[in-house]
Amino acid sequence: MSTEAAPVLVIDKLHVALPPGSDRAYAVENISLSIRPGKTLCIVGESGSGKSVMATAVMGLLARELKPGPGCIFLKGESLLDASAQHLRALRGQAMGMVFQEPMTALNPVMSCGDQIDELLREHTDWNAKRRSEAVLDIVQRVKLPEPERMLRSYPHQLSGGQRQRIMIAMAVILQPALLICDEPTTALDVTTQKEILKLIAELQEDQSSGRRQACAVLFITHDMGVVADIADEVLVMHQGRAVEYGTRDEVLRNPRADYTKMLLAAVPGMTPPPARPAPQGSPLLRGFEVSKTYVARDWLGRQRLTHALQAASVAVSAGETVGVVGESGSGKSTLARCLIRLIDPTGGQVLWRPPGEGVDDALIDVAGFPEGRLRPLRSQVQVVFQDPNRSLNPRRKVGDAIMEGAINFGATRAEAVALAVSLMHRVRLPVEGLQRYPSQFSGGQRQRIAIARALACRPRVLVADEAVSALDVSVQAQILSLLREIQAELGLGLLFITHDLRVAAQLCDRVIVMHQGKIVEEGPTAELYAHPQHDYTRRLLAAAPGAAF
Amino acid sequence: MQAWQLLLQRLWRNSAFRFGVAVLGVLLLLAALAPVLGTVDPAAMDSANINTASGMRGEFTQLDGTVVKHTFWMGADNFGRDIFSRVLYGTRTSLLVAAFTATVAISVGALLGMLAGYFRMVDAVLMRFMDGLMAIPAILLAIALVAALGAQLWTVVVAIAIPEIPRVTRLVRSMVLTLREEPFVEAARALATPTPVILWRHILPNAMAPLIVQGTFVAASAVLTEAILSFLGLGLPADIPTWGNIMAEGRVQFTQYPGNVLFPALFLVPTVLAINLLGDGLRDVLDPKFSKRSP
Repeated sequence: MSTEAAPVLVIDKLHVALPPGSDRAYAVENISLSIRPGKTLCIVGESGSGKSVMATAVMGLLARELKPGPGCIFLKGESLLDASAQHLRALRGQAMGMVFQEPMTALNPVMSCGDQIDELLREHTDWNAKRRSEAVLDIVQRVKLPEPERMLRSYPHQLSGGQRQRIMIAMAVILQPALLICDEPTTALDVTTQKEILKLIAELQEDQSSGRRQACAVLFITHDMGVVADIADEVLVMHQGRAVEYGTRDEVLRNPRADYTKMLLAAVPGMTPPPARPAPQGSPLLRGFEVSKTYVARDWLGRQRLTHALQAASVAVSAGETVGVVGESGSGKSTLARCLIRLIDPTGGQVLWRPPGEGVDDALIDVAGFPEGRLRPLRSQVQVVFQDPNRSLNPRRKVGDAIMEGAINFGATRAEAVALAVSLMHRVRLPVEGLQRYPSQFSGGQRQRIAIARALACRPRVLVADEAVSALDVSVQAQILSLLREIQAELGLGLLFITHDLRVAAQLCDRVIVMHQGKIVEEGPTAELYAHPQHDYTRRLLAAAPGAAF
Repeated sequence: MQAWQLLLQRLWRNSAFRFGVAVLGVLLLLAALAPVLGTVDPAAMDSANINTASGMRGEFTQLDGTVVKHTFWMGADNFGRDIFSRVLYGTRTSLLVAAFTATVAISVGALLGMLAGYFRMVDAVLMRFMDGLMAIPAILLAIALVAALGAQLWTVVVAIAIPEIPRVTRLVRSMVLTLREEPFVEAARALATPTPVILWRHILPNAMAPLIVQGTFVAASAVLTEAILSFLGLGLPADIPTWGNIMAEGRVQFTQYPGNVLFPALFLVPTVLAINLLGDGLRDVLDPKFSKRSP
């Protein structure tokens, strides 16, 4: 390999202006970088840092409101900001390929995958039909899709998320671009799939098989420090549109200079669980015994097709204890949570709740078959915090009304509810004036605090958090996790924590339950389970966690 | 600034909305001020003024025998009634029918839609009934209902509103089906909020924007349907002037005195247009998802 090949992409003091009246003047401000062939540059930052704007600026796909200001972008020595729209279109695909976060929206739902790849070739080459179809088949094999012929005939919705992303990657690399831009390509995927996709991108980057002159440069945009640790050669850390740190991976990850980078790295939860807390005393507050959920679909002949979303799962949560449920999408972890809080009816098993009041210690009631009316008086005991802070609060209701709703439902007077709401706002560290505002006036992390306050308003004994920190940036995630820990310690709550993130589970949970395809495959104390996983799937899951070494 | 002030500002920037508001504002003023705008009793017949040409000045004998100086801006019909007075008083009827019909159709439709969207048992029965209603052409159903109920203001409103209800119900039902899966509704269930309260507090306010938009389109079609019913002689009784029955009576003499048909039409067309434009403007601002133009 030649020592210092000329960089594929050079960005020099790039600015991208935001429309007037935005919270800052530039989406991207004074960013310079360069990538050499065969190298991977990771741009890492939290939401709103301008990292995705960088990708769209290079592709020439900036939204109309965003104007590239002073600065230049050179692709193989050619200025992209001066190129005509027509020339840019030719360059996209040929000289640079792009992989987006959400393959479902990036693919056309009414065209078969094969036709979509073929369309790209028809636009950019003058090859005949035979040569095109050979090239399409070849690329589908190279991105390692099983049964290539069937895949090419399939429509996007018939493929899994990982398979769709492979199709996207095939389209991005089929013309052997010098630069591959990946904008959070694995964020929507499970960890085991993510690992495979990252491996594939690295392989394609080095792939010289079909007479390519030099290896491909990769511009990889991500928010996940673990992914950075796994794939980056160089790292650019962005915050509020500015570059806070730029250097090789080891420099940035081992020896960060900027405070922001240090904070970002410190906020990433580690894979090693902290020392175990003493085991809880007393009987459980919430128990699921062999809970099952089966969905029945009937076709037009009336034949049944059963989907076993959840099979005989047993869980128990005691006071002051945090039980984690980890698994990938489709593992049944959310179904279990929704059965336990009785938002859906389980098809089998028992769901046991503790009735309100200081009753006999073991007096759990099986509420699995209760209709909504009989559940209502018991609902104060088990509360829930959902994943998406944008959708878990009614946009048309003031925060104060949202927090007071539960208290008033359980018989508090309005004055008591107001006093409670004020004290809860203090507890979740939000200004009391916020009670008069609408959810849209708060950030994602603040909304999650409001959702926690709302759940606490009816004085529950168990809190079920369904991916409650998964939609948040790492720094905000760390704050919410410490808030949850603090509230649990103060109120002695039992916490059932549903997550796909093994790092978060390692830091927060006393016990972890691993779910796979609707079944519990393994459970145990966190430290023990992470150190000596027994089940094959648990081992795979732990191995797939990005940046395990770092 | 309050949220509603911002909303008004955005609405006012929309030219379709501005035009609709302006035209409807003028019509409302005309309807409200009809008695003082140089009109006479719209039902009074003056045999001396049969088929007076438009723009003529003259005298008009009122029902009680008093004689007033009067300008026949739109002429008089073949019974000697002043068309201008009849058209202005007809504006009252049209706007009343439009407002009442929209209110009835939207309230009943929203209620049924929420029930159908939230309760599966109700859904199965109610929506098949609505499918049946939708299979009957709206105007035929309205004619049949007026014929069955007799012609009065409230029966006409009900007759025009009923064929509109299935459309509103379908709209609300589909919105409820998506809203009920929203985490904030599930959170309300977990907080033990009673179902009627969930529907009223959490679901209805979030379905309001498209509902208001739909309401304006119901109002526009109500104006038209009322005119058609009156034109066919099935609408309001002949002693209440409406644009439809003015046109129906003018139709006989259309070739000699086209004004008797054209003047009410000159009011009818901009009214329907204005309400529709108002609805388009509201939709662009309140409900950009269904907008034809990009925001």
